[in-house]
Amino acid sequence: MDILIYGTINSMALALMALGFALVYGISRIPNFAHGALYVISGFVTWGFVRALGVNYLLSVFLTMIIIGVVGALIYRFILIRVRGMAISEIIASYAIGLAILEGLRWGGFKGMTYTLPVFVEGSVDIAEIPVDFHRLVVVGIGVAVVAFLWLFTHHTRIGLALRGMAQDERAALMLGIDSDLMAVVAMALGSMLAGLAAILLLPLGNIVVEAGYNVLILAIAVCIVGGLGSWMGAVLAAFLIGFAQILTVTYLGSHYQMVVALLAIIFTLILRPSGLFGQQKELEERV
Amino acid sequence: MNNEQGRKERLDRGIKVRTDGLYAIMSLRELCYLTVPRLVLIVGLLILPLVMPSMYWQRVISIVCIYAFLALGFDFLAHFVGLVCLGGAFFIGVGGYLAAILNTSFGFPPLVTIPIATLLGGAICTLLLLPCLPLRGVYFAIVTLMYPLVLMRIIEALNILGGTDGIMGVASFANRWIEQYFVILMVLLFLFGLRRLVNLDIGLVFRAVKDNDQAVRASGMNISFYKAIAVFVASALGCLGGACLVHIYMWSGISLFALDFSILPIAATVIGGAGTVVGPVLGCFILVPISELLRAFGTLRIVFYCLILVAFIVFRSEGIMVYGQRKYHQFERWVKI
Repeated sequence: MDILIYGTINSMALALMALGFALVYGISRIPNFAHGALYVISGFVTWGFVRALGVNYLLSVFLTMIIIGVVGALIYRFILIRVRGMAISEIIASYAIGLAILEGLRWGGFKGMTYTLPVFVEGSVDIAEIPVDFHRLVVVGIGVAVVAFLWLFTHHTRIGLALRGMAQDERAALMLGIDSDLMAVVAMALGSMLAGLAAILLLPLGNIVVEAGYNVLILAIAVCIVGGLGSWMGAVLAAFLIGFAQILTVTYLGSHYQMVVALLAIIFTLILRPSGLFGQQKELEERV
Repeated sequence: MNNEQGRKERLDRGIKVRTDGLYAIMSLRELCYLTVPRLVLIVGLLILPLVMPSMYWQRVISIVCIYAFLALGFDFLAHFVGLVCLGGAFFIGVGGYLAAILNTSFGFPPLVTIPIATLLGGAICTLLLLPCLPLRGVYFAIVTLMYPLVLMRIIEALNILGGTDGIMGVASFANRWIEQYFVILMVLLFLFGLRRLVNLDIGLVFRAVKDNDQAVRASGMNISFYKAIAVFVASALGCLGGACLVHIYMWSGISLFALDFSILPIAATVIGGAGTVVGPVLGCFILVPISELLRAFGTLRIVFYCLILVAFIVFRSEGIMVYGQRKYHQFERWVKI
């Protein structure tokens, strides 16, 4: 039973981490390796607002989301846009940006156990005799809400439809008057905001540490690859797959193997079925 | 009315045209044109340990050379075979651990363990990467990025090979001059060897695999076989670096799988000039000493580093060596059109 409950929570957390990455890759085909850095930086920005400046928690969450969205948009507009389409340059450039942010934070002294965010709701509740604190329930709730919101957004709003059009066929979208550069900026801003949201939701469960950036990046990549790069619903389903697999290994093998599961999932998925479990098969693009 | 537009015209220098063929040996001037850049590199590398002021900087040269092995391998794989391998740390780790085990458990001296670790490590890496060889582009890049991380976590989790403590007490080189000249000579050997290799027939096949693998397949050649050979060459280079590193530091541990070994050679290749083989070596000789100079800044040096890398990749993606070669071989002028 506790496997079921904690598996669900873990899966939702993974889905939240990965959605931003999946969104950016799905729309602009840029593997945003700075995702982990954006995650960590939004944690610190929120911390700065709440603990250092003493702003109201909800207000600071809101401000953080805006700031991180702008940061993501700027990164795309001024750096990534110039290397778009060159797969390797994209990876190197975005990874270098992420590394610069993370190591800059580390240099700035943001390390150690002193940085924590408050939880939304204190206390815990027993579900089937397993104690679960409210915050974890909030994570699951908001996770579901975000997925639902994304679905509605991409199916029923102008911008969302434009984004989907671009994801499907960029040239056709251009011909229909969709500004692909602008849409890519929007996608990047949205992806960064999702990373920020994930950070704000998940970081209260532990400390804010710079190393989390690397782990989040790996987990996000794992989820996106297992689900199929560029497929959002695939990412959500894959999050459940990996989430439960992780909880199972932690219960039966030991916590050391948690990361090994994610990494092996990446390797085996790529070897056996590079387009992921739920992605469209594009045989000639990905393998010889 | 200012609608005249300029265009930069590039012409080969006459001497370049003359020295392309056998005629290069006709005159001393043309011989010099061909050999001086190469001699500058070779002689420069050979006297470098002698002019270095301190032990510390001599050690830096060895480290530079180890990164140069990785950068050579990366450049070869990425720009001549079309496989972008982000897993330099994987090669370093496999080679390093092999050398350490051979040395501590079997008692072989460094000059025996290094060749064995190079060849055996290359074979192991190739074997492990074999299933990924059909992958292309970003998929291959991601999968190779994950390999060192997996090995690191597995060693950590299973607590094998010394676990997080690593393997201590590995023998060092007989003295520092042997260490320096061994790695420098190896760099030179592989530098010119790779340049030779990519101009052989097999090099042609490699480039064909990069440009149009379907055409290679249609010609009745096995793509995976050629890719495996290329991966073997590159991973053997990396393993050589790893083996040397272990013997220099007299220690082998999971930090051999650190991301530095994957990222720095790529940065060096980007800055030095991709696809020139000599460029990456040059890039290492620029980047590694800079990072040593900036050591006082702690992790801020990685920030500098990344910013330099981003600037290069966004604004000057051709790299120093391509630029230099162009200036050396061609002259440019503006023409009105």
